[in-house]
Amino acid sequence: MISNIRSLSLRQRALLTITLSVLFLLSIAIGSFLFGEDELAIQMQNKNSSPSLSHWFGTDWLGRDMFARTVDGLALSLGVGLLASSISVVIALILSLLTMWSEWADRIVTWFIDLFLSVPHLVLLILISFSLGGGFKGVVLGLAFTHWPSLTRILRGEILQMKTAEYVGISKQLGKSKWWVARYHFLPHLIPQLFVGFLLMFPHAILHEASITFLGFGLPAEQPAIGVILSESMRYLSVGMWWLAFFPGLSLLLMVGIFDRLGHSLQKLLDPFQGQKR
Amino acid sequence: MGMAGLLQISYKIGIGKNREEDNRLKVKQWTKYILGKLIKLISLLVAVSILSFVLVSNSPIDPVQSYIGADMNLVSPEQRGNIAAYWGLHDSVVQQFLNWGKNILSGDLGTSLLYRTPVAEVIQERFLASLALMSLAWVFSGVFGFILGIIAGMRQGTWLDKVIKMYCYVIASTPAFWLGLLLLMVFSVWLGWLPIGLGSPAGILTGEVTFMQRIQHLILPAVTLSVVGVSNIALHTRQKLIDILDKEFIRYARAKGEAGFRLFWRHGFRNTMVPAISIHFASFGELFGGAVLAEQVFSYPGLGQAVVQAGLGGDVPLLLGIVLFTTIFVYIGNLLADLLYRVIDPRIRRGTLS
Repeated sequence: MISNIRSLSLRQRALLTITLSVLFLLSIAIGSFLFGEDELAIQMQNKNSSPSLSHWFGTDWLGRDMFARTVDGLALSLGVGLLASSISVVIALILSLLTMWSEWADRIVTWFIDLFLSVPHLVLLILISFSLGGGFKGVVLGLAFTHWPSLTRILRGEILQMKTAEYVGISKQLGKSKWWVARYHFLPHLIPQLFVGFLLMFPHAILHEASITFLGFGLPAEQPAIGVILSESMRYLSVGMWWLAFFPGLSLLLMVGIFDRLGHSLQKLLDPFQGQKR
Repeated sequence: MGMAGLLQISYKIGIGKNREEDNRLKVKQWTKYILGKLIKLISLLVAVSILSFVLVSNSPIDPVQSYIGADMNLVSPEQRGNIAAYWGLHDSVVQQFLNWGKNILSGDLGTSLLYRTPVAEVIQERFLASLALMSLAWVFSGVFGFILGIIAGMRQGTWLDKVIKMYCYVIASTPAFWLGLLLLMVFSVWLGWLPIGLGSPAGILTGEVTFMQRIQHLILPAVTLSVVGVSNIALHTRQKLIDILDKEFIRYARAKGEAGFRLFWRHGFRNTMVPAISIHFASFGELFGGAVLAEQVFSYPGLGQAVVQAGLGGDVPLLLGIVLFTTIFVYIGNLLADLLYRVIDPRIRRGTLS
């Protein structure tokens, strides 16, 4: 098996990584549907049991199966991350296309990027969540409004480069409108960047969601979010219930890591220059 | 190279006919630079205060209610109205903002609702505690990250490189607060070596806390922050070193027979050092974000814990104060990163002089 992997080209290896990660993520999504009320129900006779074959991740102080809660929490994070990253990518696309409009538009957008990067990310998330009164909406909008600057910067750089390309100049001389140039020259070129940017934004969004939920600003306590599970587990650490914190956190790490690899693999496939870097 | 060498060069290429004029030019350049940075900071602070004030005033959390807290039933609606009027909550948002801004300009950040003391005092006291934590973590993660990056870069492609890279990727995906929980479990609960939380032991007056006890409570949060901070700087240094090792002058040095540590020390060290320190300065925002989480896990009484309490408890003056303060903190980090390039890298310095 290992020798087989070694013989694959970089490109094939990237494809393999992508396939495996997508399978893993799909299984989380499907798994969360499979676990219904039964596994999450309170079963006092099973409470506080350490990991075993029937309860892989153990059970909590109410007898709920931690594995089921973890999978549900991961799926929740997945959903929140998906929603927030999508909004963020749209914001980044619109703002970066604005930069080609005029010098002033460009200056305003760069100023906004600087503005959003000038406050510590977590503090800004707390602020936005506070202003929206916390909860699901607060997290999603908070994540969406704070993750666009870095991608916007990359897209803006791409557009600046393309602006000087000859075919863009020719289109302009032929009397095509700015809208036409954006639609037919810039957008197709930006789509791979958008996609990779979206995937690489995902791990950040998920980690921030868990952090802010852990601090008490994010998803409400009745949701099985990983941040909620981990902040609850703090009360039971001193009595030695290590599994309450260990497995959910490890699963989150795994999911974030897989998304990160997925993004980088895709980048290798789509962008040959990045692909050469090791 | 030093001042003398620099002046010699500028003399040779004809900038400034004599030393005096050259110095004058230099002072002018620096004044312009500092002035520009100052204007930028002020414009950012104005924008951040407008943005955060608008956000906060839209919040559904009622400041009067969070001020009164559990005594809600004891306070009549009229009294509540009086408090709201006293705070100027009946004025328009713009008027409120102007009042707040005027107070800030005169150095008054308001009074914290939770701590019932001036916000400036809370921030000062809390920030000193956080500063101890963050500076320890900053130095450790910087040094270890740099060393790891150098080792990986020099041994690119070997198992050592792969292990370090793997470690960095895993750390980059690790939730900082989870790592804190793990350390807490292992060292405080299982082994019992270190205390479970709080910046000082419970039940002892703050004046009687010994220096050793303070250090003890600082260890775990600082370790958490240091471990998390390593990844970025190590990966960056590694990539930078690999890029440099590809350059012509390295090939030439190798051809002369230099190799290993000697080669790195003479040709790679300074080239990787400057960007590494620079990105490390530019990471103050993430450092503070990590501190918020670490302080929460270890109940360390720093600024990070204060911002969480302010947010959860609806303490608007403190929240706004911390937002402005951390903005300045991050700005200083970025400024230092920028200055470092100017002061250390002669190419950029010369570019600004000509």
